[in-house]
Amino acid sequence: MVAAPPDPPSPAASAAPLLELTDVTKAFGAVVALRSGSLALHRGSIHALIGENGAGKSTLVKIIAGLYQRDSGGFTLDGEEVDFGSTAQSKASGIAVIYQEPTLFPDLSVVENIFMGRQPTTRTGGIDRRAMRAEAVSIFDRLGVRIDPDRVTDGLSIADQQIIEIAKAISLDARVLIMDEPTAALSGVEVERLFAVARSLRDEGRALLFISHRFDEVFALCDTVTVMRDGAYIATTPIAETTVDALVRQMVGRDVTDLFPKLPSEIRDVVLEVEGLTRTGVFRDISFQLRAGEIVGLAGLVGAGRSEVARAVFGVDRYDSGSVRLGGRTLPRGDVRAATARGLALVPEDRRKQGLVLDQSVTRNTALAIRSRLSKWGLLWEARETAASREWATRLEVKTNSLDTEVGTLSGGNQQKVVLGKWLASDPRVLIVDEPTRGIDVGTKSEVHRLLSQLAQEGMAILMISSELPEVLGMADRVLVMREGRITGEFERSEATPENVMMAATAEGAAA
Amino acid sequence: MRLAKTLFTARETGILLALILVIVAATVANPSFVFSGDGWRDLLLTPSLLLLVAVGQAVVIITRNVDLSVGSVVGLTAYLTGRLFIDVPGIPAIAVFLAGGLLGAVLGLVNGALVAYAKVPALVITLGTMYVYRGINIAWTGSDRINASDLPKDFRGLGTGMILGLPYLTLIALAVLIIAAWYLHTRRSGRELYAIGSDPAAAHLYGLPVTRRILTAFVVSGALSGFAGVLFAARYGTVASNAGYGWELQAIGAAVIGGVAMAGGAGTVWGAAVGAFLLLTINRALPIIGIDDFWQQAVVGALIIGAIVLDRVLAVRRHRKLIAEREDHR
Repeated sequence: MVAAPPDPPSPAASAAPLLELTDVTKAFGAVVALRSGSLALHRGSIHALIGENGAGKSTLVKIIAGLYQRDSGGFTLDGEEVDFGSTAQSKASGIAVIYQEPTLFPDLSVVENIFMGRQPTTRTGGIDRRAMRAEAVSIFDRLGVRIDPDRVTDGLSIADQQIIEIAKAISLDARVLIMDEPTAALSGVEVERLFAVARSLRDEGRALLFISHRFDEVFALCDTVTVMRDGAYIATTPIAETTVDALVRQMVGRDVTDLFPKLPSEIRDVVLEVEGLTRTGVFRDISFQLRAGEIVGLAGLVGAGRSEVARAVFGVDRYDSGSVRLGGRTLPRGDVRAATARGLALVPEDRRKQGLVLDQSVTRNTALAIRSRLSKWGLLWEARETAASREWATRLEVKTNSLDTEVGTLSGGNQQKVVLGKWLASDPRVLIVDEPTRGIDVGTKSEVHRLLSQLAQEGMAILMISSELPEVLGMADRVLVMREGRITGEFERSEATPENVMMAATAEGAAA
Repeated sequence: MRLAKTLFTARETGILLALILVIVAATVANPSFVFSGDGWRDLLLTPSLLLLVAVGQAVVIITRNVDLSVGSVVGLTAYLTGRLFIDVPGIPAIAVFLAGGLLGAVLGLVNGALVAYAKVPALVITLGTMYVYRGINIAWTGSDRINASDLPKDFRGLGTGMILGLPYLTLIALAVLIIAAWYLHTRRSGRELYAIGSDPAAAHLYGLPVTRRILTAFVVSGALSGFAGVLFAARYGTVASNAGYGWELQAIGAAVIGGVAMAGGAGTVWGAAVGAFLLLTINRALPIIGIDDFWQQAVVGALIIGAIVLDRVLAVRRHRKLIAEREDHR
């Protein structure tokens, strides 16, 4: 896909760094997002920043962009200490950031989007629309792209939106250009175009930072690579002196043995069969089986389409073709009630948004999924609700003063338990959990793990979506890996190594 | 060619045609609707006051906010106008205008500050200030009222007089409209109002001064309402504590009918102005065309819903077309 050989670093790259971060830290309350972030960008260089989800890359970028303020550590630009209080300051210093999701004004024209806030003006202070348009056209010419400058940005492809972001950076005459996973949503041709633009910007002496999960792109485009892990700097290496294997080792290199006590359980018959599930543009040809007593881990990077598959299987979203069979019988498409009635449960990713009614009590929330079973003569009886929820609250060790407490006031870990309890109360045969331990503390985490393990022992079939590699490797009997909407790897517990899984999740053409 | 296309497809053109249609229909039914001294004057005079308020409202809505307190501001400043003429004999009219505009601006500043700093939705804040301002008005006015005889004759003339066949009031409204349109179209800060309404999060990432701009929008809305309050006194002469009651909804209705999107980022003050004319003209035209009084409110409501549905349909169609074009290019 990317044919051009990696270019050698230009001579200018050997000089003092243009932008340098040293031992930068950032915490949000008790959560430490960045323990020790370091980065040095040079003029005329394209620098790659890689790491697993949650490694702290985005936090680092947001500090550079002026969106977050660092707690400690050094930040210099062109040798001078800087301290950005806002995005406007960072921008004024010549730093442009292109986010994964372009942030444009959909109602305004392409030209206005490029120059918003710093439009060229006439002598009387009015906006000089003609000059503004001419400059946009000249930037597009230089980039070799054809985008109608007068149209609104609503409806533009992600690729074109990114080009507009780049045009913005050029019009700013940015010295530092940061691209946060710019290729995630691009086709091969569009990636080529973007890379050509990036190379020409580098040759003009600008410093570029390229964040990506795709190793082939990193090797094709960048001259230097910095690896981060768990909020900390690991290593910076010239691209010519490293390999994909070495980088993967640096990204995952941690001990996974003692965590996550998966209890052995007897694996029985197939309960859930998914075959050829396809939703155009989202996921393609997804097939897998789930057996009673088994935990299957679904690994992959954020945006690989895992949650979307789960939602389609459960019936929240529709799919275009393929089938889902539960206990040998086909499940109707897009019918959550049927799925629930037949014993399927989904604990969604964002529990605050999708799993809980935050301003209602623990009891109410637990009873939510089994309302019909609890109700009698069409009415919901509080005593029955309380009895049902008490059983699960006790079993899950939900820490709350009373079952009447509003769920929104509980800690993240306890909220997650309530969501679990809500679905477990419906006594499912198949449980799909999406990122079950995201954002909860270590203690609760292992409780959730022990619970999942117990449920499997009791004969439940569990599909666990997780972006945390150690969790997947520790808990799963079998690991499925998705990348860009397809299943790109399947490993038995014994053969699932961090390197194998990471490779399938990131590399082009990995063995399926 | 391009200009012709823009004019032809503009949302404002459609609404202007609707207005002309209503006027023509009413005139056919009763020629005096336009072709009589009073008819012509009423046609222009009545909507001109609402136009001022609707322009301010449009500026606020463009930033994805709303100002429900404008009717109460009109009431307060109208009463202030009367009080000034009574309590300060010989006060020049220009000073009264400034005082009304200033009071309106201050009330708008209160709204803006609460919205911009307290981060509470404008709907809630201005619903609150709508009642508070009206409450102050009632406490201040009591059962008192300003009568036409309390106001200087020259000042009254401003509200009803004409020059070259056009009411002064309409000319004032037109001047304000042109300035507002020019500001929104050509000044950086004007364009930033659109950007903020189109995507507040993106505006933040762009480093635009979001707080200051929102503050400005509310001050403009308040000042224009204050201005309208002064002219209200000049036009009607009589001011009780219910002056401007319900104007906030008419102003919002005018903006929406004129194509200003409640979700912010789109629409023009021209549209809001035409919307104000259509809204009030339809009210006067319906009885003439022979539609029962009882139906007037329902017709206005249907108009508002129709305008919103139309905008939605057009937006969806535009979005689909843009995406289809994109697919074709692949």
